[in-house]
Amino acid sequence: MNLPVQTDERQPEQHNQVPDEWFVLNQEKNREADSVKRPSLSYTQDAWRRLKKNKLAMAGLFILLFLFVMAVIGPFLSPHSVVRQSLTEQNLPPSADHWFGTDELGRDVFTRTWYGARISLFVGVMAALIDFLIGVIYGGVAGYKGGRIDSIMMRIIEVLYGLPYLLVVILLMVLMGPGLGTIIVALTVTGWVGMARIVRGQVLQIKNYEYVLASKTFGAKTFRIIRKNLLPNTMGAIIVQMTLTVPAAIFAESFLSFLGLGIQAPFASWGVMANDGLPTILSGHWWRLFFPAFFISLTMYAFNVLGDGLQDALDPKLRR
Amino acid sequence: MARYMIKRFWAMAATILVITTLTFVLMKVIPGSPFNEERGTNEAVQKNLEAYYHLDDPLIFQYIFYLKSIITFDFGPSIKKPSDSVNDMLERGFPVSFELGMTAIVIAVISGLVLGVIAALRRNGFLDYAAMSLAVLGISIPNFILATLLIQQFAVNLKLFPAATWTSPIHMVLPTAALAVGPMAIIARLTRSSMVEVLTQDYIRTAKAKGLSPFKIIVKHALRNALMPVITVLGTLVASILTGSFVIEKIFAIPGMGKYFVESINQRDYPVIMGTTVFYSVILIIMLFLVDLAYGLLDPRIKLHKKG
Repeated sequence: MNLPVQTDERQPEQHNQVPDEWFVLNQEKNREADSVKRPSLSYTQDAWRRLKKNKLAMAGLFILLFLFVMAVIGPFLSPHSVVRQSLTEQNLPPSADHWFGTDELGRDVFTRTWYGARISLFVGVMAALIDFLIGVIYGGVAGYKGGRIDSIMMRIIEVLYGLPYLLVVILLMVLMGPGLGTIIVALTVTGWVGMARIVRGQVLQIKNYEYVLASKTFGAKTFRIIRKNLLPNTMGAIIVQMTLTVPAAIFAESFLSFLGLGIQAPFASWGVMANDGLPTILSGHWWRLFFPAFFISLTMYAFNVLGDGLQDALDPKLRR
Repeated sequence: MARYMIKRFWAMAATILVITTLTFVLMKVIPGSPFNEERGTNEAVQKNLEAYYHLDDPLIFQYIFYLKSIITFDFGPSIKKPSDSVNDMLERGFPVSFELGMTAIVIAVISGLVLGVIAALRRNGFLDYAAMSLAVLGISIPNFILATLLIQQFAVNLKLFPAATWTSPIHMVLPTAALAVGPMAIIARLTRSSMVEVLTQDYIRTAKAKGLSPFKIIVKHALRNALMPVITVLGTLVASILTGSFVIEKIFAIPGMGKYFVESINQRDYPVIMGTTVFYSVILIIMLFLVDLAYGLLDPRIKLHKKG
């Protein structure tokens, strides 16, 4: 409609002096204007692109990779076995032979630390994943359905919260026998309710937003609304909750060990080692508390900064 | 609203009944008895003891007996310490745990909210990293290690505060700090994450466009909506902290009620298990109810009860 056609009827004699480009269609000139200059990115690609820009989050990712790799190869790097006790090498400070020193039974703290990493990281990550799966589905359904279904589902959660936790754990130990699997079940059997409550609270809030109503008006199915509208917008809270679940699970495991219900000797998780190392604050054998406590804290720090970065990267509202 | 309250009250009563029933079942399924460790008791004595505490009655009678004690809120004497009734234990322990827990919660909520809001407003700035590092540190250190370090530093080395017991306000400083750091960190992180989201919403821009003061926008418009996840975790957090922390009370030798939860189960002291469970679940259910009410107050778009 913006054709630069000669329309001036007062100067017909100038008609043949009109430059040629006047007769080129405007669309022809701007053919490139509406082409997409930025590469088209899927949701995941865009999230990854934004995550890469966040230096702190990437540092967290690399720390975690390092910890996971060390959990696998760490115990083989040192010549000392995880179970070997030595009465002549009790409570030695860190040295060229024992990199992290030895404990009161002469066991090598370096080897034990990386064995502990296997247990602690496995317990933490498994607990977080299971909590995530159950919690998101349960909380999502309760929050979205609302009404009677929501109240019944919430009452079930209250019951799980109210049960004396130790009774449940002891019962699981009796039924399943002590072991890593039992500990993970014990941590998740009531652990997922926190995630479920967070998701439910968020969904309750978001499901009344205009964009959800718009989707509904266009006839979107429940599953599509949950997947496309509700989940991406609760992702922030979910990921923060997951990064809190990992430390919570690692601590809960150490609390169970503290009560004699956790990992059994000679193997030890970081929590157990830190717990065993507590009295050494007074005896001066600081390395026995420092190394497990340091790696617990490092893991938590990495999970948390990565979680923060992921939250920003995954949030569709913060998309640029 | 009144109808919703009444309905909710019955639901709460039903929940407590279910919790106590399940606890009773769990308690009886788990092997062991309160008299397992008693030395020098022969079978006749054991039988007599069991008869005295009605432990040889059919389970259904024991269950009815427990239900009666729940309704009257009188759990009778402890099996392990017969001179003490369960009610005495709760009456002695709870005020101490409550005082410690309440102080810790108030400190945790205020400092957590302040840290979280500052971090969200200065997102990716220096203050954000500082506040969140503090929060991450708070979550990273297990509370038993933190408590021990606090004692070592402030009680043993600097001699600023007493290391243990519960006699004067100055004794409260270290345990309150040890107890408050974890919840503070959780609240700070949740506040930051939801504040960051809320601050991008249109109504915040509208509020800015209307020319409201930044303080009013943050407190009335942003924080109010960002509180949702915080409120969600507060319900259970408050219930568990008010009823005593086993670890903190043990390390600081505080005569609260935290130890009864663990000891009673280890010793199979049935009346104490039931008493502490009922007490805890009543507080928990009330807290969760308050959380649901708070949802509706904070965000009028949330409807708890269907109209019509």
